[in-house]
Amino acid sequence: MQKECLLEVSGLKTTFLTENGPVTVVNGVSFQVSAGETLGVVGESGCGKSVTSESILRLLNEKTTRYEGEINYKNRNLLSLTEEEMRSIRGNEISMIFQDPMTSLNPVYTIGDQIAETIMIHQKVGKKAAFAKAVEMLRLTGIPSPEKRVHEYPHELSGGMRQRVMIAIALACQPKLLVADEPTTALDVTIQTQILDLIQDLKQQLDMGVILITHDLGVVAEVCTRVVVMYLGEVVEEAGVEELFENPLHPYTQGLLQSVPQLDGDRSKKLYVIKGAVPSLTNVPKGCRFAPRCNYATDLCRQSEPELMGNRHKVRCWHADTNLQKEGELYVADGS
Amino acid sequence: MWQMAVEDETPLLHVKNIKKYFPITTPFGKVKGHVKAVDNIDFALHKRETLGLVGESGCGKSTTGRTIMRLTEPTAGEAIYKGKDLFQLKGQELQALRREIQMVFQDPYSSLDPKQIIGHAIEEPLTIHKLGAKKERMERAMDLLHKVGLREDQYYRYPHEFSGGQRQRIGIARALAVDPAIVICDEPVSALDVSIQSQVINLLQELQHNYDLSYVFIAHDLSVVRHISDSIGVMYLGRMMEKAPTEELFAQPLHPYTQALLSAVPIPNPKLKKERIILKGDIPTPINPPAGCVFHTRCPYAEARCRTEIPMPRDLGMNHVVACHLYD
Repeated sequence: MQKECLLEVSGLKTTFLTENGPVTVVNGVSFQVSAGETLGVVGESGCGKSVTSESILRLLNEKTTRYEGEINYKNRNLLSLTEEEMRSIRGNEISMIFQDPMTSLNPVYTIGDQIAETIMIHQKVGKKAAFAKAVEMLRLTGIPSPEKRVHEYPHELSGGMRQRVMIAIALACQPKLLVADEPTTALDVTIQTQILDLIQDLKQQLDMGVILITHDLGVVAEVCTRVVVMYLGEVVEEAGVEELFENPLHPYTQGLLQSVPQLDGDRSKKLYVIKGAVPSLTNVPKGCRFAPRCNYATDLCRQSEPELMGNRHKVRCWHADTNLQKEGELYVADGS
Repeated sequence: MWQMAVEDETPLLHVKNIKKYFPITTPFGKVKGHVKAVDNIDFALHKRETLGLVGESGCGKSTTGRTIMRLTEPTAGEAIYKGKDLFQLKGQELQALRREIQMVFQDPYSSLDPKQIIGHAIEEPLTIHKLGAKKERMERAMDLLHKVGLREDQYYRYPHEFSGGQRQRIGIARALAVDPAIVICDEPVSALDVSIQSQVINLLQELQHNYDLSYVFIAHDLSVVRHISDSIGVMYLGRMMEKAPTEELFAQPLHPYTQALLSAVPIPNPKLKKERIILKGDIPTPINPPAGCVFHTRCPYAEARCRTEIPMPRDLGMNHVVACHLYD
């Protein structure tokens, strides 16, 4: 039941033009999202996951950013659209919710105004109709007594409520694609479950595609259907969620999965450690970008960079086949 | 590995019924109410033991840590350390005891002075407590850098030259400089990436083992707390809902809040489709906490009594303490 492809990112390269020269933050990222699918993009800080999502909506300052590659949505390359055409897509066809609901709402407008604003920009409706729609959206996101809440200001709401409002704004025009950048990172766990459930629910009701950007592997396992793992601006592995967790092929993915303490893990064991730290993007290692931190790195890895290979399960590693065989060995922590 | 049996019965630190109320004042200074940030918290910390305090934002876990350190003054209660009540100490005595309880903070970016080389940052507690001559202090700092996994030649570097994980190591070195018995770790790994998080957790465990430290480990991440703690206290709106040895708490969570909290933790295993208890509503504000049991507004089992009567903590055996009317 493969649905049509909604968005196709191919060879996306985003470069920031800084005072110290260009820095490529996203380097040749490709993936697809179909309707009804939740694609997880995971990685640590600085891996380019947020910049990828901002590139899709072209939210970055174009005076200091250079995009290369293609982002195809409905047979149009988003990167070649004019700003005006882009504006008709943002919030209408593709929407985004951000990590921090505290700072992404305007404190001097009521939440009703902010939801209605989106509706009035994209649909030819009057203020009254837009407000009625706003109430309906708030009800859809599970906010109690929405008729009253619609006249409240962001400071009157809790963090979880504010994230619901963000979701209401994002979904007000029934977009085809929702980009959620760390939507639950700033929230408490019990609120996180509520919000994740809500996103899943609405995804089904509206038959949207969702791109979920997160650093939390637990969240990925619970809600995503497919996962892209990023490291230092590149995709290192892509697979279906069960496949990825059961059979991770890239040493980085394996390391990430191992280093998280598990609720049913052995507490007497030391946690697995990926040695070193993420290098700076201005000083990218030669060859495979993960080589300096990898336990399997050979001269080949340090000399030339592997391609992302594979069909359904893609991996960027010279030794992916051997790793697979040695899988058992890796599960012994090196204790460094 | 480091979880050894508790040898002696008298706890190193015994916190009894501490309360911390922050007054809410009108613009003219009249007190019109209180935020009950910490309300009647009890716990005992033994030598070489790690006590985890978990809970969601606003549950008072950080305030508990800060109150024990006397970074904020307690409203009521006692904290007995070596036979003395920390809350009664003044001047020199307080200074002396403070040396033995140190703290590691959450944000490694804002807890270091950007204009101070990290060698001096690590030496500062030694200077404050007038320990050692200048040269000895420097040697001690170098030694500590080595112990927390940094290099001695990084002594002259400034905080901005370090990554988040390294800064947290500096924070740990600084806390250990004066040879404390207890370290209060307030969300020490929350700001770090997963791959760095495990490095710091391992370091904390190693140091505990090597220097017989006791930790109060404050965090919101249940999997991390479970990994490092010997026993865990679950807090909600300033109150302790449940307290038990780690294995026991996870095997048999008794309080409805603990059950919901445990079931809400996302598990990195897509095949495991577990039953989740989704709590309705938000955490109420501690300014006007619900009457009776503070959790009753979100509790699936709440009955009439929960709305009026505050449940008292009861020990159900095996050091498993729970404050809930279901177990009366």
